[in-house]
Amino acid sequence: MENERTKVIAALVENKPGVLHSVANMFRRRGFNIESITVGHTEQKGLARMTITVSGDEKTLEQVVKQMNKLIDVVKVSSLEPENIVSRELALVKVSVPDTKTRSDIINCVEVFRGHVVDVSPETLTIEITGTPDKIDAFLNLMKTYGIMELARTGLTALSRGPKSIRIDE
Amino acid sequence: MSGAKALIESLEQQNVKAIFGILGGANLPIYDALCDSKIRHILSRHEQGAAHAADGYARASGKPGVCFATSGPGATNLVTGIANAHMDSSPVIAITGQVPSKGVNTSYMIGRDAFQEADIIGITTPITKYNYQILEAAEIPQTIKTAFYIATTGRPGPVLIDIPKNIQTEITEIDFTNGIDLPGYKPQSNPHPLQIKKAAELLAKAEKPIILAGGGVISANASPELMQTAELLMAPVATTFMGKSSFPETHPLSLGSIGMHGNPAANKLLCEADVLLAVGTRFADRSTGNLDSFCAGEKKIQIDIDAAEIGKNVDVDIPIVGDAKKALKALHENLTKHLKTKTNPAWTKRIKETKQQLNPPAAEAKELKPKTLLLELRKLLPEDAIVTTEVGQNQMWAALYFKALKPRTFISSGGLGTMGFGFPAALGAKVACPDRPVVDIAGDGSFIMTEQELASSVAENIPVTVIVLNNSVLGMVAQWQRMFYKKRYMAVNLGKIPDFVKLAEAYGAQGFHVGSIAEFSKAVKKALKSTVTTVIDVPISSEEDVVPMVPPGCGLNQQVGEY
Repeated sequence: MENERTKVIAALVENKPGVLHSVANMFRRRGFNIESITVGHTEQKGLARMTITVSGDEKTLEQVVKQMNKLIDVVKVSSLEPENIVSRELALVKVSVPDTKTRSDIINCVEVFRGHVVDVSPETLTIEITGTPDKIDAFLNLMKTYGIMELARTGLTALSRGPKSIRIDE
Repeated sequence: MSGAKALIESLEQQNVKAIFGILGGANLPIYDALCDSKIRHILSRHEQGAAHAADGYARASGKPGVCFATSGPGATNLVTGIANAHMDSSPVIAITGQVPSKGVNTSYMIGRDAFQEADIIGITTPITKYNYQILEAAEIPQTIKTAFYIATTGRPGPVLIDIPKNIQTEITEIDFTNGIDLPGYKPQSNPHPLQIKKAAELLAKAEKPIILAGGGVISANASPELMQTAELLMAPVATTFMGKSSFPETHPLSLGSIGMHGNPAANKLLCEADVLLAVGTRFADRSTGNLDSFCAGEKKIQIDIDAAEIGKNVDVDIPIVGDAKKALKALHENLTKHLKTKTNPAWTKRIKETKQQLNPPAAEAKELKPKTLLLELRKLLPEDAIVTTEVGQNQMWAALYFKALKPRTFISSGGLGTMGFGFPAALGAKVACPDRPVVDIAGDGSFIMTEQELASSVAENIPVTVIVLNNSVLGMVAQWQRMFYKKRYMAVNLGKIPDFVKLAEAYGAQGFHVGSIAEFSKAVKKALKSTVTTVIDVPISSEEDVVPMVPPGCGLNQQVGEY
C-alpha cells in the first residue's frame, strides 16, 4: 500500500491473564497488521512490556495507538520512531553441514556477523545471532545457500535512545 | 462469607435495584444468595432477553443494567445482547456462572470441556469494554466496584464478570474496603481549555453553524447544555439516530435525525453549513453516507469522550476530548465572552424555508399507514413516555415520524441493528421507570424473535405496549430486494403470521387487531390503562417502502423519495 510504513509500539501492560489475548484480539478485529510482537516482564512490579511492530499508513498507525490506549489493562502506550530507538532481534538457526569445509565457511560467516555457535552435531550447526532485523535477514540469506533446517526468530524488541523511558510514576 | 454472598452484597452496595436473568447449574449458589436480598429479580425466558432488558433499563434510567446467566449456553445466549450494548455504548453488567476452576474431583476444571463450559471471556473480549474471570472469592468486592466504574465512566460500555462455581461457594474473609486500582484506565472528562477557546472563536464567527448531536449527548446527560449552546448560536440541531431524543424535535431549531433514512431537512442542511459542531458521535456509516461528500468544505469541531473516535472516520479541524456535558458547558461559557446573542438571518431563513419545503406539516390522518399511525401515537402518549423500537422498517419509520421530546425516551438498537431488541428493552425500561408508559414499535419479523418475553412481562407484572406493524414480510430486506435486486424476492415472505392477538392472549397478555386510525387510537388508550402487556396488531401493506432514503454509497444530499 502507498504511504505504508512500519512503526514500533511499546506498551506497558498489567501482568494479568488474558492481556495478550485482548491486545491480539483488538489487532485482529480492527484489521491491523502485527509484524512481530514480544512480551516480557519489566523492572516495574506487576507490569509487562510488549513491543509490537506494526505496518500501515499514518492514519492506521494513529488508530493503533489510540485503540491500544483504550484497552483497560494497557497502562501506557508509546510509539517509537525507528530513528530514535535501539532495537534488537534474536534468531536461532540450524544449518546443515555436509563437510568440514562448509563447517569452517559457516563459522567464518558467524564471526563476521558476531553470532555464536550454540550447538554442534556431526551434521549440523546451531547459531545464535542478535541484531536489527535487517542484519538477521542478511545473515539468513547467506545461510540459505547452505540449507536452513530450522529457524526461530524472537521478533523485534526495542528501547528509546537517551534518558527518556516509559514508566508509570507511582 | 461465601463468594456468592459477597457478590450480592457488592451489588447491593452499588445500589442495584433489579437484575434480569436466568439461573442454571453454574450460578445456583449466586441465586441462593439472592434469596436473602431485596434486589428484584426478573426471570427472563431467554438470556438474550435478559441482556436486552438490562440494556433497556440502563438507557432509560442512565444507571447500569445488570443481567445474570449460567455457564455455557446461558452465557453464549447473552452474546447478542452484550454486542448490542457495546455498539451503542450502554452500561450493562453481565455476570455469568462458570464451571469450577478447581475442585476435589479434578475432572471438573476449566479448560477440560466440562458440561456447559464455554470460554465466555474469549468469546466476549471483542464485544465488552472489559471482562474478567474471578480467580478467588476475596477478589469479588473489588472486581464488582471496578466493573461498575468501568461500565459507567468514560465512554460507557458493557462489562462481563465470569465467576467459576467453586468461587461462588468458597468461604473466606471478605474485605469490602479495597478500592479500585486501574493504572491503565483514566478517562479524560475535562476538555482542554485551549481547544474550547479555538472552537468558540470558530463558532462565534460562523455564518451557517450547525450542531450534530449523537448518543454521547444522551449518555452524558448533556441535553440542557446542548440546548443552551444551540440557542446562543442560533444553530440548528440535527441528531444522529443514536442522538434522537437529545434535543426536543418540536423545537424551532430541531432538524430531526440525519442518515440513510434521515429527515430530509437535516440531511440537506448538514451539507450546507460552514461550521459543524459534532458532539458525542462516532460518525457511523449509516449516519454519514458517503464520507467523501460528508460535510465537504465545512470546518469541523468534534467533541468526544473517546479519543479513538477523533479522526477515526472523519477528519476534523478542532478535536475536543472530553465529556459532552462538561465540554458543552465550557464552550457555552467561552462563547458568552464573544457574543451575547448571535443572529444568522440568512441561515435562519434558509432553515425555516428548507424545513417547510422538505418536512411539510402532516395532513389530518385518514388512512392507517406507518406515518399516520406514528404521528397519532405522538398525540396519544405523554411527553415522557418511552418508546423502543425493533430493527428494520418499523425502526426507520419511527425515526422519521415519531418526534422524541425528552432525553432517554427513544431507545433503539443503532449500531448492531438487533431485531428482537425492542420488546425486552421495553421491559427493562418499564422496570426502571414503572410510572411511565413504555411502547415498543415493532415489526412482525422482529417481534417474533423475542416474543417469548411476553411470558416474563405477564409473570413479573411489567406491562408495556407492543405495536406490531404487520406486513407479513421481513420488510426492510424486502424493500432492498425491491429496489436493488429487481424485485427477486427471496426468503422475505413470512407466510402465515401467527395471530398476534391470540398469541398475546395465550401468554395471558391482551391483544387488539386494529384496522383504522380510530381503532388504533382506542387500542392505545386501553393499553395505557392496562395492567397487563398489550399487543396491538396493525396490518400494513407489504409494498410500503421507507422513504426518503440515501441509496448505499451516496452522499447525504443525494436522498431520494418523499418524506
